[in-house]
Amino acid sequence: MESFTDLIPFFIQNFINALQRGSFYAVISIGYSMVYGVLMLFNFAHGDIFMVGTYIGFGIATLFLSLFAGILPGPVIFVGTVVVTMFLASWIGVFVEVAGYRPLRQAPRASAAITGLMIGIIFETGILILLGAKRLSFPPLIESVSYNVGGVYFTNIKVMIIIISLLLMLALHTFIQKTKWGMAMRAMSYDFLAVPLMGVSINIMAPLTFAIGAGLAAVAGILYGQAYPILDPYMGVLIGWKAFVAAILGGRGSIKGAALAGYLLGFIEIFVATIFPSTLRDLIAYSIILLILTFRPRGFFGMEHSTKLRL
Amino acid sequence: MKIVQSIKKFLSNIPMAGWLLGMLVAVLIEYFWGYDYISYYLGLPKIPVLFGAIIMLKDPTMIPGALAYDLVVYVLPVCIVGKASAFFTNPLAAAMEKLPLWISVLIHLCCFYGILSLWAGINDYRVLVVKLTLISIILTISINVINGYQGEFSCSHPGFMAVGAYVSSVITLFLFANDKIFGAAVLPPSLGPWLFPFALIMGGIAASVASLLVAIPSFRTRGDYLAIISLAFMFIVKSAVENINVIGGARGMGGQPDLAPLYVIFIWTMLCIWVIHNFVTSIMGKALNAVRDDEAASESMTVKTRKTKMTAFMFGAFWAGIAGGLFAHVLTYINPGMFSINRLAEILAMVYFGGLNSIVGSIVGAVSINILGEALRPLELFKWIIIPLILIFVMIFRPYGLISFREINAGKLLAARKNK
Repeated sequence: MESFTDLIPFFIQNFINALQRGSFYAVISIGYSMVYGVLMLFNFAHGDIFMVGTYIGFGIATLFLSLFAGILPGPVIFVGTVVVTMFLASWIGVFVEVAGYRPLRQAPRASAAITGLMIGIIFETGILILLGAKRLSFPPLIESVSYNVGGVYFTNIKVMIIIISLLLMLALHTFIQKTKWGMAMRAMSYDFLAVPLMGVSINIMAPLTFAIGAGLAAVAGILYGQAYPILDPYMGVLIGWKAFVAAILGGRGSIKGAALAGYLLGFIEIFVATIFPSTLRDLIAYSIILLILTFRPRGFFGMEHSTKLRL
Repeated sequence: MKIVQSIKKFLSNIPMAGWLLGMLVAVLIEYFWGYDYISYYLGLPKIPVLFGAIIMLKDPTMIPGALAYDLVVYVLPVCIVGKASAFFTNPLAAAMEKLPLWISVLIHLCCFYGILSLWAGINDYRVLVVKLTLISIILTISINVINGYQGEFSCSHPGFMAVGAYVSSVITLFLFANDKIFGAAVLPPSLGPWLFPFALIMGGIAASVASLLVAIPSFRTRGDYLAIISLAFMFIVKSAVENINVIGGARGMGGQPDLAPLYVIFIWTMLCIWVIHNFVTSIMGKALNAVRDDEAASESMTVKTRKTKMTAFMFGAFWAGIAGGLFAHVLTYINPGMFSINRLAEILAMVYFGGLNSIVGSIVGAVSINILGEALRPLELFKWIIIPLILIFVMIFRPYGLISFREINAGKLLAARKNK
């Protein structure tokens, strides 16, 4: 950086990178935040649901490419992959809820958290056993085109990821705020015990919440595969914990808080990595989070809860 | 069922001393004849480690041999000697009951240590497994103070462990080892075993001071923020250690003097059990349970909630630091990768498997997860499906863990048994 004029493209460049990285965190953490808000669970399996979703997306994309390559244009295949993967992955979410969390609904929350952790480990190992340790690479579904606007480089994939993430968040927001299901979810996050008395079935709402979370995670996985095409059974672990951080940082059960916190996490990571040595990334990122939580212990949009959470 | 009942009745009059005597005989049999005769005649290539679990999983044809070995070497001698010696171990136990309890406990522990060291002494692998299991016991009990007795969800134990491990390693390397970083030893290495406890305690104190970083922001409010702040703390510690090149950075730090033989770790483990047991049964421990159950009510009953929580948290962190220091000196090598998410998952699994609010439960959890992990090693990847499945089932059927909210009375355990 020789002069001030160079600083602006440098900033915008990193801004776009940060927006892309933040988009993943935001999309994954809103899924996390929904489960956390509605069911008051630490869903530690979420990162691994993201990983399984990515692998499902990989399978579907490979299948579609082998069937339709040359017949259909790339974007159509991409949309098809996203839709099918979302559908399949949401069943994973339902499965996790029914098999792992439903028996533990009356149990202390920590036991459910441990169960989630263990389900995650089973997923990782299962993928490792099924597919072996060799790393797969996600097929590019949309041809990458680079643009250069005033010294700022970006690709169409980056733009697409940012736009799709924003659209997903908007769709989820509309769903939560405008539909009846969304109202039931908001009610559940407000009072878990009174809602069944009002005729809302928890046994339907809980799997639905998980399904939406898992579907979102799977879409994030496909986008992730387009941006960083290496697949790895342990790719979900760190992202899952970061989503957990973002979900709580945003405030309990707050979708927009989780999205904001996800973006913030992306921004901190990218800007720390460009300004400081990249080994300091985690150190500074988490120190900032610690500071934020010291001054805003309920997160960005957290509500005051008078009842003690059952743990 | 009737057979089980009658066996139970048959064995019911053996006191703890009798069991220990039986174990001693079993271990002696293994020590003197196990390798040369028993395993040879049963067609086993060598002494089956971990009660034959490993050999059975590696080679199914060895199952009868390994089971027969267990029966001949462990089960039969323990039962027969225990039963046969009941006529004099019972009066012995009755005589010891007249002594103060701590003397009797000490005698039993000494016997137990002798048996354990004999059993482990057969090969280095067993020694390592026993050492790591004992360290896991310290870790599990110390996290039980926070996650069980205090009822929070803390994720920072690997961080405390790392602080303890690094601080105590730096001290011992500086004082007793000729090292590339810290130069020649400051004190003669023969002083090492005597000053090692101070290094460990410094590590523990460092960990508990570091825990303030978590405790001060998180105990302003209730609920889940401790989980995330402690997680952030864990990442911060790991990342900080990676960035300090003096202590090896991401490469890790090796060459710690070997100051942690089995007896040192055993003594520290027993000390930990004793101290933490006293802590949780003290007034402070009862206040802690009250805070867990209802913070507002306990506040109105003159419990200083914030102080109680902070003390308990720092206390748990202290013991995690001690465990970290022992861990560093057992492996004589540490790197930041050892204190990350995987370690956290392991520690959480041990404490929730064993049971909350129970020291015995913690011991059971630590021992069983460790032994299970070692025994299933031949299954390689499938091990990581079986252990999580077992844990999930435990969580479903016993959500608070196997032995929770229960303590075993030492006096009752060591008492003489009457014939029924």
